[in-house]
Amino acid sequence: MAGRPPVKDWSTDFDHLDPAWVADPFPIWDEMRKTCPIAHTERFNGVYFASRYADVRAVAYDTEHFSSRRVVVRETPPPRIPAPPITSDPPEHRAARMVLLPPFTADAIKKLEPRARALCNELIDSFVGRGGCDAAVEYAQEIPTRLIAHMMDLPEGDGDLYRKWIHEILEVGITDQRVLMQAVGDMTRYFAAAVEQRKQQPGDDLISYLLHARFNGEPMTSDNVLGCLRLLLIAGIDTTWSGIGSSIWHLARTPQDRRRLVAEPGLVPIAVEELLRAYAPVTMAREVVKQTSINGCTFEPGQMVLLSFPAACRDPEVFPNAEKVVIDRKENRHAAFGLGIHRCVGSNLARMELMVAVEELVKRIPEFCLDGEVTWSEGTVRGPRKLPLRFH
Amino acid sequence: MPNPKTLRVRVDANKCQGHNRCKAVAPELFELDEYGNARASGDGRVPPGQEEMASLAKSNCPEFAVEVIEE
Ligand code: HEM
Ligand code: SF4
Repeated sequence: MAGRPPVKDWSTDFDHLDPAWVADPFPIWDEMRKTCPIAHTERFNGVYFASRYADVRAVAYDTEHFSSRRVVVRETPPPRIPAPPITSDPPEHRAARMVLLPPFTADAIKKLEPRARALCNELIDSFVGRGGCDAAVEYAQEIPTRLIAHMMDLPEGDGDLYRKWIHEILEVGITDQRVLMQAVGDMTRYFAAAVEQRKQQPGDDLISYLLHARFNGEPMTSDNVLGCLRLLLIAGIDTTWSGIGSSIWHLARTPQDRRRLVAEPGLVPIAVEELLRAYAPVTMAREVVKQTSINGCTFEPGQMVLLSFPAACRDPEVFPNAEKVVIDRKENRHAAFGLGIHRCVGSNLARMELMVAVEELVKRIPEFCLDGEVTWSEGTVRGPRKLPLRFH
Repeated sequence: MPNPKTLRVRVDANKCQGHNRCKAVAPELFELDEYGNARASGDGRVPPGQEEMASLAKSNCPEFAVEVIEE
């Protein structure tokens, strides 16, 4: 954002939208962990930032003092649009989450792998002959959009529409409420039409599954189903796109890791976990609802806490050589998908997409490097938005 | 000579959040329910040769839900 006042001191005046933080947050977090493990800023009406794994974990586990009713830090508190389970706390959280889990188990996701592989190859076909591509735009962002459309049995080509809505809801909507409400309305109408169609002709897709699912023992209402569909679309696209993009960015700059994956495709699952750790895309937030203290810091009600899973994943107390990508790291309790009751519902899907995307890319294009300026998104989800590559 | 020690894995159901890491690193030692939460396969006994997998399951669980017990 243009014209943000410069940061005076990272411990007492941090700004997670500051250009230095957006471009390379890791040294800032390393410093914070040493000097001020729980930092605070007056910006955004008051926000705390925990940089150690143990403290991030303590906040994530403590749903009594830290509520999910606000999960994004914004300049001004936005209208509350509940999106269970991500914006729910116990005891309501559990039922909303249970509905979503069965279609996202590892076994259920395994069935989608052939489609994911074919999809990656279709995308590679479209640019391999050109000697280069923008891997964020032409590859990473297309994979989760098309695959979630496939799961919902919607046209895979509607991806542009999904990204437009997500951009309007998560970015433009921060300052322009009219755009936000318009996008939520358009998305709801789009899904409502699909829901009507599936009621007439049920299929083997995610929408039909939700229509027959039970919520607290009762059939799901159409509103419940529409809420789930909106959340799945919003939660699954930017996140996975960022994870795939950061992984390719690393491999473009690190030929020895890339060549190792070409030679040992069996290492891809372990490598993907390490890339998720080192470049964890998602930072959530919590609202302090009752005063409490952690690690000597008092948290005041009404203020927000940035729940930085990415900073936790870089804590040297838990991960030896935390600042390095160790492509065959065997012991890796990373927290990229969160900790505690809100563990990412889509983690098995995201992992499968990441593995397939990396494996197919290095198989088809073993040698590539960066070819121009890379840009990064800011805020809740971090990943490359422009990633120009040249193939050798 | 004492009996060779037996290893068993156990999942604390109150801690498990279904990250699926244990199953991914040690597929034979764990089973998942329809929500993706884990439990030990059978009586949890670790067959000879899978000791390292058991210990990797423990050290990769983000929720510290996997225990490896020596009997
Ligand atoms: C690399 C990709 C992804 C990352 C890094 C990621 C990360 C996360 C994180 C950190 C949380 C925890 C939020 C919190 O504690 O407040 C979360 C929750 C969630 N994610 Fe993901 N996610 C990814 C992909 C996906 C996908 C593909 C889907 C579904 C299509 C998805 C659906 C959800 C849902 C529904 C929740 C809410 C769970 C709850 O509150 O119980 N995510 N994700
Ligand atoms: S790795 Fe831990 S949290 Fe995940 S399924 Fe296994 S026991 Fe549960």
